[in-house]
Amino acid sequence: MTTTEVRSSGRGASRRRALSARAVFAGPGLLYVTLFMSLPLLLILVYSFLNRGRFGGIVWEFTFENYARAFEPVYLKVFTTSIVIAGVTTVLALALGYPTAYAITRLSPRWRTVALVLVVLPFWTNFLIRTYAWIVLLNTEGPVNSALVDLGVIGAPIGLLYTPGAVVVGLLYAYLPLVVLPVYASIERVDRQLIEAATNLGASRTRAFLDVTLPLTLPGAMIGAIFVFVPSLGNFVVPELLGGGKTVMVGNLIRDQFLEARDWPFGSVFALFVVALLVALFALQAVISRRINGRGRARA
Amino acid sequence: MHRSIHRAATVIAGAAATALVLSACGGGSTEGADLDPDADLSQQSLTVSNWAGYYPEDLPDKFKAAVGTTTEITNHATNEEIMAKLTAGGDSGIDVAFVSGQFAQALNEAGLVEPINPEFIPNASNLYPEAKELSYDPGNAFSMPYAWGTTGICYRSDLVDEPTSWNDILEPSDENKGKVTALATERWLMLPAQKALGFSANTTDEGEMQQVKDKLIAAKPGLLAYDDTTFYSRLVSGEATMVVAWDGWCNYGTAEDPNIKFTIPKEGSDLWADTMVILKTSKNKEAAHAFINYILDPVNHAWVAENILYKVPNAPAMEAVAGLATDYPNMGLAPADLLKQESLVDLGEAGPMYTEIATEVTSS
Repeated sequence: MTTTEVRSSGRGASRRRALSARAVFAGPGLLYVTLFMSLPLLLILVYSFLNRGRFGGIVWEFTFENYARAFEPVYLKVFTTSIVIAGVTTVLALALGYPTAYAITRLSPRWRTVALVLVVLPFWTNFLIRTYAWIVLLNTEGPVNSALVDLGVIGAPIGLLYTPGAVVVGLLYAYLPLVVLPVYASIERVDRQLIEAATNLGASRTRAFLDVTLPLTLPGAMIGAIFVFVPSLGNFVVPELLGGGKTVMVGNLIRDQFLEARDWPFGSVFALFVVALLVALFALQAVISRRINGRGRARA
Repeated sequence: MHRSIHRAATVIAGAAATALVLSACGGGSTEGADLDPDADLSQQSLTVSNWAGYYPEDLPDKFKAAVGTTTEITNHATNEEIMAKLTAGGDSGIDVAFVSGQFAQALNEAGLVEPINPEFIPNASNLYPEAKELSYDPGNAFSMPYAWGTTGICYRSDLVDEPTSWNDILEPSDENKGKVTALATERWLMLPAQKALGFSANTTDEGEMQQVKDKLIAAKPGLLAYDDTTFYSRLVSGEATMVVAWDGWCNYGTAEDPNIKFTIPKEGSDLWADTMVILKTSKNKEAAHAFINYILDPVNHAWVAENILYKVPNAPAMEAVAGLATDYPNMGLAPADLLKQESLVDLGEAGPMYTEIATEVTSS
């Protein structure tokens, strides 16, 4: 036996050990995910090809009918509305969240902790209560309207509530922390020496931000954007409470199919659409961040 | 259809003339189980599913003291939620369920509920004669009514004249535009337009429903919101002047502001009922009957009227709380007048059509 053979077999053994260690550590988590994530997803997939039971549940007859129905104009309209509302929310969340996260990284470590706690603080209160608070704020007799009237901006109270705008406000409020946190983490991780190098080489601070910080934090910002976009799409409480039931989003559609219409197969189709969209967005994020990392390495 | 198959099975089994075969097929038969009048109720235990807050909290304790049966009450938020549990197959573990009439009808058609044995519910004699004529279950063969009422317009009498027509909501005058709300739950979303157009609240005719849809889409811009839960507080705050409301819920507004009144539009409305049913899978059918009998006791049944401000179909119970009609006039609505409204029945295969129209209306 030559030394190389010994070495390679030794490497194989240690790889096997690493593998079994990995299995031990990852096993419980993987099992959990498989059971409680993959199986329900599989169930939804199967349901989407079956017929509706009259009292809910499913009838075991194969059909494409649910998919055909999903492309009727009324549902396409719901999808378009949802994507526009979730999209506007996401853009606003990035516009507000990125500078916030950037500002937090510039704070002293002590204040940084305080600021981060403040960002997640709303999560300590029930989501429904926070949403109801917006009803109090935005209704025609509420403080926002009376402040605007007092300031002379508007002559009489205007209908702020029960509009698509109110839905965006509610969603933005609910999910803003979800963009601040990943962006904060990615800005934090940017090597300060890179920015120093850029400025030493004559780049302005703006230039250094645009050429160094921004590309390096883009993957984090995209994660944040997905975290806002996808739950916004699926949210049905905000459209109902702040939209007054007059703005229907995919989340409402899915909820209504399962709970009101007792049409599980049809609801499953929409649930799958949202999952597919989520997967596509994460794939896009992965491709872009790999390209950014790749470019960084090529330059180095 | 389901039921007739089982009935055929029972007949064949009957021809074979063995009690054993009969009991094996008994799952879907229309015959009730043989109840033992001497059953020891303290040896039975019940699981009851009801809407949260729709019964006195000490009900299990009182029932145990009176009858001896240990009872656990679980809550459901909607009919659809409890229907999903009851129709999922197998034994749901629930003995008695509270569901609206049209859902009780659907459960019966699926062969899931036990026929009511009147001998075990002597308190059924307290029910108004009208309560035995409800079209989802004439004669209370498989359900016992718990509360009933209608849907109308709840309005601020100090801000608007008494509305007389559903069109006051669907085509509000200029000063009321954006100050009216409609209910969001399918059946009641459709109701004002169905009645304004002179259709049945149970219509399954596609042409009629097309007109209902067009009318509702035209009405949407005039609405403040679709609201199932907070419409009466919108009246209190003055944000709304008229809202489509269930009679009992309008009373919650009246409780805060006596100017808030209830009226049934001239085109007529629906008659809804919440009922109690016993599941076929229950192993405690004697106790389940005893539970329903206990609820129908005038003192216990009056609790619902007094605390929920819903009318109950129980004559002596309503007489006991007759004073409520002074503050809440709709509590005094006579059963005969209630029965003039159209009783809601299950839509069967037309269900998805209603859902699709509801989506088209609310997303328009």
